[in-house]
Amino acid sequence: MTTLDEGTDLGMPELRRDGLFGVPAAPDPGTRKEFTSDQEVRWCPGCGDYAVLAAVQGFLPELGLKRENITFVSGIGCSSRFPYYLDTFGMHSIHGRAPAIATGLATARGDLSVWVVTGDGDALSIGGNHLIHALRRNVNLTILLFNNRIYGLTKGQYSPTSETGKVTKSTPMGSIDAPFNPVSLALGAEATFVARTVDSDRAHLTSVLRQAAAHRGTALVEIFQNCPIFNDGAFDSFKGRDTEGSIIPLVHGQPVRFGADGSLGVVRAPGGGVRIVETSSVGDGDLLVHDAHADDASTAFALSRLTDAGHLHQAPIGIFRQVERPTYDDLARQQVSTARESLGDGDLATLIAGKDAWTVPA
Amino acid sequence: MSKQVKQLERVIIRFAGDSGDGMQLTGARFTAETAAFGNDLSTLPSFPAEIRAPAGTMAGVSSFQVHFADFDILTPGDSPDVLVAMNPAALRANRPDLRPGASVIVDTHDFTKRNLARAGYEQNPLEDGSLEDFNLHELDLTATTVEAVKDFGLSRKDAARAKNMFALGLLSWMYGRPTEPTIEFLSTTFAAKADLRDANITAFRAGWNFGETTEAFAVRYEVRPAAMAQGRYRNITGNLALAYGLIAAGRLSGLPVFLGAYPITPASDVLHELSKHKNFGVTTFQAEDEIAGVGAALGAAYGGHLGVTATSGPGIALKAETIGLAVMLELPLVICDIQRGGPSTGLPTKTEQADLLQAKFGRNGEAPLPIVAPRSPTDCFDAAIEAARIAVTYRTPVMLLSDGYLANGSEPWLLPDIDALPRIEPDFARTTNHTVQGKDGEDVQTFWPYQRDPQTLARPWAIPGTPGLEHRIGGLEKEDGSGDISYEPANHDLMVRTRAAKVARVAETIGRTYVDDPTGDARTLVVGWGSTYGPIGAGVRRVRREGIAVAQAHLRHLNPFPADLGEVLHRYDRVLVPEMNLGQLSMLLRAEFLIDAVGYHQVRGLPFRAEELADVIRELATTKETSP
Repeated sequence: MTTLDEGTDLGMPELRRDGLFGVPAAPDPGTRKEFTSDQEVRWCPGCGDYAVLAAVQGFLPELGLKRENITFVSGIGCSSRFPYYLDTFGMHSIHGRAPAIATGLATARGDLSVWVVTGDGDALSIGGNHLIHALRRNVNLTILLFNNRIYGLTKGQYSPTSETGKVTKSTPMGSIDAPFNPVSLALGAEATFVARTVDSDRAHLTSVLRQAAAHRGTALVEIFQNCPIFNDGAFDSFKGRDTEGSIIPLVHGQPVRFGADGSLGVVRAPGGGVRIVETSSVGDGDLLVHDAHADDASTAFALSRLTDAGHLHQAPIGIFRQVERPTYDDLARQQVSTARESLGDGDLATLIAGKDAWTVPA
Repeated sequence: MSKQVKQLERVIIRFAGDSGDGMQLTGARFTAETAAFGNDLSTLPSFPAEIRAPAGTMAGVSSFQVHFADFDILTPGDSPDVLVAMNPAALRANRPDLRPGASVIVDTHDFTKRNLARAGYEQNPLEDGSLEDFNLHELDLTATTVEAVKDFGLSRKDAARAKNMFALGLLSWMYGRPTEPTIEFLSTTFAAKADLRDANITAFRAGWNFGETTEAFAVRYEVRPAAMAQGRYRNITGNLALAYGLIAAGRLSGLPVFLGAYPITPASDVLHELSKHKNFGVTTFQAEDEIAGVGAALGAAYGGHLGVTATSGPGIALKAETIGLAVMLELPLVICDIQRGGPSTGLPTKTEQADLLQAKFGRNGEAPLPIVAPRSPTDCFDAAIEAARIAVTYRTPVMLLSDGYLANGSEPWLLPDIDALPRIEPDFARTTNHTVQGKDGEDVQTFWPYQRDPQTLARPWAIPGTPGLEHRIGGLEKEDGSGDISYEPANHDLMVRTRAAKVARVAETIGRTYVDDPTGDARTLVVGWGSTYGPIGAGVRRVRREGIAVAQAHLRHLNPFPADLGEVLHRYDRVLVPEMNLGQLSMLLRAEFLIDAVGYHQVRGLPFRAEELADVIRELATTKETSP
């Protein structure tokens, strides 16, 4: 089995100015219990959301931040109930708009750690516009995209990540839509951090969350998440014991290799893409070495295309891309402070009088 | 040559030309000179939605009307006394607004067969006698300008473009306007291009000298400064005053201003203006769409900023769901709707006030919010502060309804004393506000995000970063007090009524209806809102001069109405409600107060004319009582 243990080195060096810069640290990091709200969790039994919630509740104390400086913003959908279950600040907003609301909050408040929780319908269908613009602006947000490839809360219609031909309540003859690959989409939208993980692999999920939180800019984390009611088993290839032929682990600085005893690997293909080969057919030095920090996103994009578009049997898991680029919110705050430094704090009476005022004597 | 000087009380001038002729600039400069001179004034810019419609066509005509007087005036005027027409299309488009005896100054240069045809003229109006009712001045402004600036080495095209400054110079001479402000303006504007600067200043002076020397103009006019209250003044448009009001509201509340907006006519100038003033702690976010604009503003409001969005009617339609969320979250938010002609894309550059019902009702569910409407360009400043006051005090989104006429129109503004403006208290929550029983029966201090202030019914504004006040809010219905999700029937009924009651309580802070009824015996009341204040006021003045008693009330608060409004309306036999829509306020007044309000409506994309309103008011006020 391909191992993605907690100890797995994802290959990420320490960042100079990380995603949590400016957020006040807590004298005492707190416990999982302190990050858990008193609300009863209301997801269906067996829902993958439980595992993600447990991982996040367990991980948040590790950040060492003041709990009141953490805010979760969500949209609409099953996963968007997430903020209710965390004892931080939280907003359960409206369908698709969480990235827009979070952009305003993160820009206004550099002292907050802002998280967005969204699903495949919320982020990629009704809120697609806000997602791509948050990514291109590179607002300092961590976006957890729960991808279950189905609409759960509205009881089982196909989603923008459902495979073509999917038979659902709204597509009795099979869906005729081509799906989005969220990682490809994010890379095309100029994202600076794109990762994929699996709900049931807590160790890997936590490793990715750690890197995502440390990233300054928009970090998009796609989480393969099982919906046991409306799309059960969609990610079975990535769970349990027999995943070595399914998970293509991406580790920065390491050759991309998977399968039983590393029998399969990824090499560059003619035409700019990548392809899977039997490692025995190529030399060790021919395997693609994953470079998450490459300026050019082309190889990361090519790797994202190794994801099955139909029923999922095989997909790369890990951090596809992590590059540094100035964030929108840092620059916006910097313009305000630069204006204040160079022009001085504005004088309202002078401003409103303008240059052409005149006096009417008594 | 000495010229006769004639005294006038007031003059209305309209500059009209092609979109590329610089008529907006010409009008703005004449206005600035007029303001500096000390007349009262009011302006009406009118321009096409197209950036450059085909040259010489009716679609491309742009105009700027300025009304100035030696007394206080209320409108940009009905009918120009002087029309400056730079081409045939400008003449044809504006001729219907002229009364016999008006002066028409025409640049004959473009009155070629081709340009006449482009404007839709079959015959040359300068030759066929169709303008004989007017005092016509035919001048080749273009050729005269080109001749005047020939020493500056400009291309013929650039030289001809200075003709608007020649026209400005001529009109400035004719009405004795001060020239220094314009020369200073041109020096600054073209500081980097010496040839253009000198050519424009020369054209401007040549226009003045032309008036002085030519025999074509025997008379110049004098409009004495108006008697205005003592103080310091400037001229200002509504959108600029609105932007300044928002900055002032930030200062008065101590909150950083965050504007989330998407470009849209005629609201974009609010975004442009606020983006210039970052040293006032203002952040502007040009969003990917209207929804993100208001979403980001709401996010910033959640974070403790003064969240603002500015748009026009189509943008409000897109923002509706987020505004509903703001109603549910009970967070302060200022939503500026600079109304334009609708529906759909409608008339982007023209004015209308047909978004009142959208503002009041345009959301799903019972989603009440306060509505404030400025009545004049300068009033946009005060209305912005008032909207922010209500939003912050009551933790609610507030709609501010301006319109295209207020946005681009201008008037002199007696600058307010900044120190005398009212403070706005954000009063952020700092501590827990509720006690619950712990597991062992002990008291546990907790924070209830929907525990209300008994006076205002406002909930606490607890911003992230406040220790101990971690809480979750959202669009789902919540339990009274605790704010936990609740689907309980009686609770929903209570919360719907409580949100409505909170908005209704705003009436406690807005004062009584002001009724202007000088004789005290009027039986007819004219009620308006928004930008119709000027035309209604001017119409009312006219009929009062005829000895007819009429009362006027103009509503700044459209939701809630002043508490005494019903009583006021019932005092009069007849209530007239003129609106630039098909009867939206009159519908609300009829529904709420069961009065037989009479509507008068036009939706031409232009303000009411004082004369038409005088006719309507006169007719209603002098109607004999009909027996029931």
